[in-house]
Amino acid sequence: MTVFIIRRLMQSSVVVAVMSLLVFVGVNIVGDPVDMLINPEADQAEIERVMRDLGLDRPVHEQYGYFVVNALQGDLGKSFIFGEPALQLIVQRMPATFELAIAALLIAVVLGIPLGVIAGLRPEAPSSKAIMAGSILGFSLPSFWVGIMMIMLFAVMLGWLPSTGRGDTVPFLGMQVSFLTWDGLQHLLLPAINLSLFKLSLVIRLARAGTREVVHQDYIKFARAKGLSESRVVLVHLLKNIMIPVVTVLGLEFGGLVAFSVVTETVFAWPGMGKLIIDSLHELDRPVVVAYLMIVVLMFVIINLLVDIVYSVLDPRVRLQDARA
Amino acid sequence: MAAANATLAVDGLKTHFFTKAGVVKAVDGVSFEVGRGEIMGLVGESGSGKSVTGFSIIGLVDPPGRVVEGRILHNGEDLVGLGAERMRGLRGNRIAMIFQDPMMTLNPVLRIETQMVEAVLAHNAVSKEEARGMARDALGQVGIPSPDERLRAYPHQFSGGMRQRVAIAIALLNRPDLIIADEPTTALDVTIQGQILYEAQKLCREAGAAMIWITHDLAVVAGIADRISVMYAGRIVEQGETGDIVDRPAHPYTRGLIGSVPSRNTRGGRLFQIPGMTPSLLNLAPGCAFRERCPAADGACLVEPETSHPLPGRELRCHHPQLEAAP
Repeated sequence: MTVFIIRRLMQSSVVVAVMSLLVFVGVNIVGDPVDMLINPEADQAEIERVMRDLGLDRPVHEQYGYFVVNALQGDLGKSFIFGEPALQLIVQRMPATFELAIAALLIAVVLGIPLGVIAGLRPEAPSSKAIMAGSILGFSLPSFWVGIMMIMLFAVMLGWLPSTGRGDTVPFLGMQVSFLTWDGLQHLLLPAINLSLFKLSLVIRLARAGTREVVHQDYIKFARAKGLSESRVVLVHLLKNIMIPVVTVLGLEFGGLVAFSVVTETVFAWPGMGKLIIDSLHELDRPVVVAYLMIVVLMFVIINLLVDIVYSVLDPRVRLQDARA
Repeated sequence: MAAANATLAVDGLKTHFFTKAGVVKAVDGVSFEVGRGEIMGLVGESGSGKSVTGFSIIGLVDPPGRVVEGRILHNGEDLVGLGAERMRGLRGNRIAMIFQDPMMTLNPVLRIETQMVEAVLAHNAVSKEEARGMARDALGQVGIPSPDERLRAYPHQFSGGMRQRVAIAIALLNRPDLIIADEPTTALDVTIQGQILYEAQKLCREAGAAMIWITHDLAVVAGIADRISVMYAGRIVEQGETGDIVDRPAHPYTRGLIGSVPSRNTRGGRLFQIPGMTPSLLNLAPGCAFRERCPAADGACLVEPETSHPLPGRELRCHHPQLEAAP
């Protein structure tokens, strides 16, 4: 297991290094931030002074070198716009995004697994067909459009739920969170559902496919032959077997949730990382964009590693294979 | 003919599968009895309906199949049309089943302990500790060394033969009076086969349980069963004492089965084989199902043969019983 983790960590650092290069070169091609930052009437001397201040007068490879040296010390640069460290800007907004992503993930799991199992146990029933049709909609409708429709229906026409912002927040484990206040929870509900729709459909399909496969296995029939109650057969024998693919995919998709939250956060004006990156892209605030992308890459790498570890807990057969691998 | 004192009396059982292509008559009028401590061998080729017969008895026929006719009397109680909860209470408790492939019958993600304890708790009001003790004893009974440690193991940590022993231990946990063994040795090495056969026979006799041993292997069943029923295309074509059947098979199909078992005497010679293939059970034509492959078939075989008793203790469905000694 230790060997396995060390090897995975080395692979991960290569991924991070390559990604940093791509990102850095990428944002340099997109456009010149000086045009955005400077008063259009500024003279040449003024422009040069700003470029020198920001280090933009240096060649790209030299800038990259500075970036790497600083990044290794935990400094991802200062925002051109806010004049604050980019990392700090992102970290401040991280709890909002994580709260949203975790809420969406919970909705996807809590609703998706039972619905998928129901659809898998009785594939011919009308209710199962309705569930599957719903999951196709969840897959194919664009998330921003669904978000806007939800705002229109629940916020504008029915007036049940607020449409934008986080609502009241309270400190929790050193972070500001919404889900512990009634107002915050109301604000969280629509964006969380919006963000979860795609993953919910995915979980339904995974759980259904898993159920349909597992339910015909001999060990399910044997469990029935032992005279176990139907609930024990489904909740223990079946569920534990279908959880392996579900956990794998969901773990990997958690990174995707954070990334996808860009759209949802924009639609619902949720003050998270996604909103920040969109604003920074508009203003060509390079350090923030680079820092955001680096954090997302790191997050994906860590999640991948965690999923592998959780996987081995769920499936006892993986534990032995690791030792040999 | 179904006597109430037999542990199991199956009478005119018909299990059909209602598929889109038509009705598959997997089991079509099967009758037999098994008494206390008796082992009955149910022999047939793949697709002859022998496994479906087993699943019909334990009430686990997968849709679109269902029992359409007949009675299954278990200690006098008809299992056909029995309530789901009552049936669950019998399953694994009074009626146990051992499956063909030991690699597939144990849940790969649950400990042996979990899988055994739950089988006890499903039928007995005992504490988890007591259930664990019963599980440990059952493992010891089927010859698994250091059962206490092995309880904590997962199925993949056992070999195929050991897994089948675990499956047998689970089947025996609640001391059932009827055990249905569906080809339990087919997937195992020959040496392990022998051990399992021996264990099963011993445990069955000790517990006084009735056993149905389903197999396609006449050699195996001849060594273990008291009586043999030969199934072909959903019907029992011949039934009798094991020794009688092996020595004097009367049905051409039984003769073919016995003739195709290689032995020392047949070395160098051409092995006998039954020509053709088992017929599709979908829309089977009326008459004797074996007539296409039968050397003795004639016009009379277009009519379904009735059950006859050409020899003492023998049941036969054939117009042309071969009553001279086997070749």
